[in-house]
Amino acid sequence: MAKELLEGNVAFAEAAIRAGCEAYFGYPITPQTEALEHMARRMPELGRVFVQAESEVAAINMVYGAASAGARVMSSSSSPGVSLMMEGLSYIAGSEVPAVLVDIMRGGPGLGNIAPSQGDYNQIVKGGGHGDYRPIVLAPATVQELIDLTVLAFDLAEKYRWIVIILADGSLGQMMEPAEMPPMRPVRPIRERAAWALTGAKGRGPNVISSIYIDPAKEEVFNYKLVDKMRTIESQEIRLREILTEDAEIGVVAFGTAGRIAQSAVKAARDEGIKVGLLRPISLYPYPYEAARRLSQRVKSLLVVEMNRGQMIEDVRLATEGRVPVNFYGRMGGMVPMPDEVLDAIRRVHAGETVGLPGVLA
Amino acid sequence: MTEADMVESLIYTKPGSLTHVGTHYCPGCTHGVAHRLVAETLDEMGVREQTIGVAPVGCSVFAYNYFNVDFAEAAHGRAPAMATGLKRLVPGSIVFTYQGDGDLASIGAAEILHAAGRGENITVIFINNAIYGMTGGQMAPTTLPGQKTTSSPLGRDVETQGFPFKMCEILAQMDGSAYVVRRSLHDVANIRKAKKALRTAFEVQRAGLGFSMVELLSNCPTNWGIAPAAALTWIEEHMIPAFPLGDYKVHPAAAAIDKAR
Repeated sequence: MAKELLEGNVAFAEAAIRAGCEAYFGYPITPQTEALEHMARRMPELGRVFVQAESEVAAINMVYGAASAGARVMSSSSSPGVSLMMEGLSYIAGSEVPAVLVDIMRGGPGLGNIAPSQGDYNQIVKGGGHGDYRPIVLAPATVQELIDLTVLAFDLAEKYRWIVIILADGSLGQMMEPAEMPPMRPVRPIRERAAWALTGAKGRGPNVISSIYIDPAKEEVFNYKLVDKMRTIESQEIRLREILTEDAEIGVVAFGTAGRIAQSAVKAARDEGIKVGLLRPISLYPYPYEAARRLSQRVKSLLVVEMNRGQMIEDVRLATEGRVPVNFYGRMGGMVPMPDEVLDAIRRVHAGETVGLPGVLA
Repeated sequence: MTEADMVESLIYTKPGSLTHVGTHYCPGCTHGVAHRLVAETLDEMGVREQTIGVAPVGCSVFAYNYFNVDFAEAAHGRAPAMATGLKRLVPGSIVFTYQGDGDLASIGAAEILHAAGRGENITVIFINNAIYGMTGGQMAPTTLPGQKTTSSPLGRDVETQGFPFKMCEILAQMDGSAYVVRRSLHDVANIRKAKKALRTAFEVQRAGLGFSMVELLSNCPTNWGIAPAAALTWIEEHMIPAFPLGDYKVHPAAAAIDKAR
């Protein structure tokens, strides 16, 4: 298929449709509403399910119900709305049904604003809802990656019976750029849904979808099962991009939009003769600790760039184990760094300065 | 007596839609009656194999242990949202939620209201016993004025703790509601009426007429601190005056279904 000029929000919604998504449940919230609007028109047109829920709480529980029926299902929202979904996400994790969620992050905390941010890293990557689980989290940096990762998200969700969250921000949701859509996959008929799905106990015993294990010993056994699942995910599903890191003396680590901006800054710094490279984690859970560890063994210092106060930096430090200084450059509250700002931070690190926010220093 | 007269004839059996397990409900609790009525109805309609139930959080959190049908266990109050997802993705199914008063009228007030507003084609079994049972007898949205609970120890004071929610009256106002009625489980005559209403509610769903709900006034001997038999009398004397029995919304086509049966 040829490239088209596509807006991020519309692109991931249409990509989900192409991936065989049978149902979308959502609630309007800027800056992701175009996705809901696209679904409102397209899903009924294709004979699929669209419901504008009364809240994000209801939307994620509709997702839970539809996922329990073994259908390919998704929701999308933005930071405050995703906060409301944490209850449902925990139940979905606790009953191991596949679900896809897209979080187009905005400035916070609280109502914040509608500008791009990466402030949800901790909430999304570290588990969010109560209990011991971590969803697979994928962070695209371009509209094309947003499309491709959305398709992948449905496959991973079903493969592992797990939640997959696409973590992007308002700039990627609102941005238009050329990208290519995947071919349309057929929707799976009900009779081909998984054996565990709730479709009516015809010719078999009843299926139960539940997250309750009232006996702590059984709950612990179930938790061990999740540990095994997450261990498999950690060994199979790490995704990242490394650029110019081979001979780098400074390693920049950044994800999503910050990663894309950092890439421009890295190239500009190279033009100035600074040996700098970029590690861009694409899977935030599982986190590419090994790649970050190897990078920290090659470089003299690291610079983490985020559109928040420094959340992913904790994972970088974990991987670095104190081998090299970990500097930080970030913008908050919906402010997006310009490549020049990041370039300046690289120059300062190159000059031996310590770069960081008070309290988030190296 | 001839030999033929001595052949056993089984006239009362456990419904096929119930499983063979012991109950966890307290002695004298009406949950067992409500479960049986639902199961009998599914049997009689021949829909057991296409039915999906949604359990709440509350005493009936384990409802899925008792029903021999596919079952989901929802988050507290979210059963109507979960049922929406299930029904929309398995269109030929019969989907019901089974919810208590705290679940439906308090934490799940938005979900039940909007499921009715959408005319979601599901059936809701609403167990109203005017108290939180599972957590040990706290005030519910349906607790009566003056009623003592562990969180209204001096009796529900409407000045500070508000008034009981009358969910049938509220949900009957929604254009998407097709069948909304209140029955009671305090004696045999009323249990029979409840059974008939459950059948109509499920038939309304089967006919695709929209949202249906049967509210069942129920007891809680343990947390009311009233012996089982007296607890049934308490329903009659205290709950029915506050929550009048009756039909609050009956779609014309639902009335026709009733008449045809």
